[in-house]
Amino acid sequence: MEKENFTISVYTENNIGLLNRISAIFLKRHINLDSMTASQSEIKDVFRFTIAVKVTEEQVKKIVGQIEKQIEVIRAFYHKEEDIIYQETALFKVASKLLFEERQIQNVIKNSNANIVTVTPEFFVLEKTGRRREVDALYHKLEPYGLMQFTRSGRIAVTKDKMHISTILEKFATETV
Amino acid sequence: METQTQTEKKETKAVMTKITGAEAVIRCLLAEGVDLVYGYPGGAIMPVYDELYKFRDQLHHVLTRHEQGATHAAQGYARTSGKVGVAIATSGPGATNFVTGIADAQIDSTPMVCITGQVGSHLLGSDAFQETDIIGISTPITKWNHQVTKAEDIPTILAKAFYIARSGRPGPVLIDITKDAQFGELDFKYSKCKGIRSYVPVPETDPKSLEEAVVLINKAKKPMIVFGQGVILGEAEEELKRFVEKSGIPAAWTILGLSALPTSHPLNVGMVGMHGNYGPNKLTNECDLLLAVGMRFDDRVTGNLQTYAKQAKIIHFEIDPAEVNKNVKADVAVMGNVKNTLNQILPLVKSDAYEAWVQEFKDHDAIEFDKVIKEELHPIKEGLSMGEVLRGINEETKGDAVIVSDVGQHQMIACRYAEFNKSKSNVTSGGLGTMGFALPAAIGAKMGAPEREVVAIIGDGGYQMTIQELGTIFQTRVPVKIVVLNNDFLGMVRQWQQLFFDKRYASTEMVNPDFVTIAKGYHIQAKRVAKREDLQEAIAEMIASKEPYFLEVCVEKENNVFPMIPTGASVSDIRLE
Repeated sequence: MEKENFTISVYTENNIGLLNRISAIFLKRHINLDSMTASQSEIKDVFRFTIAVKVTEEQVKKIVGQIEKQIEVIRAFYHKEEDIIYQETALFKVASKLLFEERQIQNVIKNSNANIVTVTPEFFVLEKTGRRREVDALYHKLEPYGLMQFTRSGRIAVTKDKMHISTILEKFATETV
Repeated sequence: METQTQTEKKETKAVMTKITGAEAVIRCLLAEGVDLVYGYPGGAIMPVYDELYKFRDQLHHVLTRHEQGATHAAQGYARTSGKVGVAIATSGPGATNFVTGIADAQIDSTPMVCITGQVGSHLLGSDAFQETDIIGISTPITKWNHQVTKAEDIPTILAKAFYIARSGRPGPVLIDITKDAQFGELDFKYSKCKGIRSYVPVPETDPKSLEEAVVLINKAKKPMIVFGQGVILGEAEEELKRFVEKSGIPAAWTILGLSALPTSHPLNVGMVGMHGNYGPNKLTNECDLLLAVGMRFDDRVTGNLQTYAKQAKIIHFEIDPAEVNKNVKADVAVMGNVKNTLNQILPLVKSDAYEAWVQEFKDHDAIEFDKVIKEELHPIKEGLSMGEVLRGINEETKGDAVIVSDVGQHQMIACRYAEFNKSKSNVTSGGLGTMGFALPAAIGAKMGAPEREVVAIIGDGGYQMTIQELGTIFQTRVPVKIVVLNNDFLGMVRQWQQLFFDKRYASTEMVNPDFVTIAKGYHIQAKRVAKREDLQEAIAEMIASKEPYFLEVCVEKENNVFPMIPTGASVSDIRLE
């Protein structure tokens, strides 16, 4: 079975140590995470981990099973690339003088759909949100001019289809916990 | 006589007084029906021990000689009683000494609550004296764990701990309580946990899966059951027996499933796996339907997965969704507690005798008897075999004893040859293979089933890993019977060295102390036997004793356990010699 990029969505109770529990599942199997982000979800007091990983579908099924088994995990799902809308965000810190010395850089910025977050006499910061290849493309264009700093977030994603979690949690909300 | 309202009022009054976190721990344990805990005191758990002292008439504490012993004793207790075992230790080394027992309980699904003390919350993260991140350490080996830093959280967290430990697929839970939480005060009110919204202990059974299973069962010509500990944990022994008897399907067991069905049952066809019986292993690859009941297809059971039961349809009766399709792909997965699912399926399956098929098991048994069992149970050679010791124990206990085994050759012999009439009688470390398990586990096993005879079968290697628990036996006078099968070797490793490493016996030969003298030092009756003519009498004397008893049997040094499926080989390639 071929390895593919999968995105795993994990809905959890907000619990210290759960991050450890989830990452240990990958550690034990020698699987590198491409990224992992945690945030509030659409539901009050429910957190959502978004994990990007390159494995076979058989592996991802077993991993999701192991994640769901954790007591404070409400549900976990895996998605293929075509089933989700996903984005990453990158910040580029670039020396301001380059704007004047390297005219070409202005065109790069214009064509990149990146936002200028801040400008100071010393540096400016570009924010680029998009798919990995778009962020990478901008990186490769700016990198020859010299980047003062670069950082990229993990993947965040929402599914095209309705997430079953909503109904599960609606049921919870009506029950007394 | 008090009216109910009066009683209720009294209780309400009693539960609403301010008490310390440490006292709350004890009251929680009592509310959960715990009357026995194993443990070892130390700085960070002293407030709890102070309360144990005050409550000593209601809650008995057994002081083991090492925290590892406390966990194994709690496991042994859980395995024979069916209740949650409880172990208590201090922070730092006390907590880390729990690790092996917790890992063992996790892989063998044993319900256990471990309570550890922790340094004061203001000291957390400061590398304080006896501070260790036991939550971080125990995360991958617990079903759940939690650190309590406030006294008022103790009742809800302990209620959750017991609920999680015993529900669904059971497992160990560790609760770490900081010292200030033990000293702090709270209004005590306890209510048992009835559910956690993110946790589904028993998945729903899809009626369609039952229908599909019935179709497969009723058209199978050569069906075979392999049952595991799920039957015991689900208290489904009667359901299994009825299912086996109605359907006429031969049933084999995994090491942890042993004793769920009496060993003498005509359709009990023996053990599967590495040192299991010839028939069920060979016929795994000839059956047309494999019914896996509360078992998880461990690699020691399946051997090479590429050649495991490929010809067969597979029905997996399982409570843990993560186990389905983990190792072996199931054609039908029947989720739920096997007690319910077997019950539901029972009226729908046809009755059959599968005479020719059952005969195949008998034919294989005859071959195994000739090549292996005869010499193991009735040796002609001068040296004593482990098998004849088990035969001798069977003769005295008539299959009514709890057999606690350690890990190694003696364990395989014990599981192969011990006879069992009743469930919850086989206590062993299956998944983790923890040497040193048996002696402390036997203490717990006896306390969990005081009316039953408990015999620990231990090798000379494993015995010395937790030999200090003789002190616990001495102090409590718990009447366990200890049999050490001494071959002066780490026998199983030596066997592998002989078979796969050209007899290079690297660090497997043991120079052993005088075990009888050691036992006597603890004032435990002790005897050594080295000759066949003395064996049965010694076993009879041991079983007849009302006191703890130690029996060392000097067995043949270089005997091997057969049959054997070499690591990575197919179950069909099981070797008889």
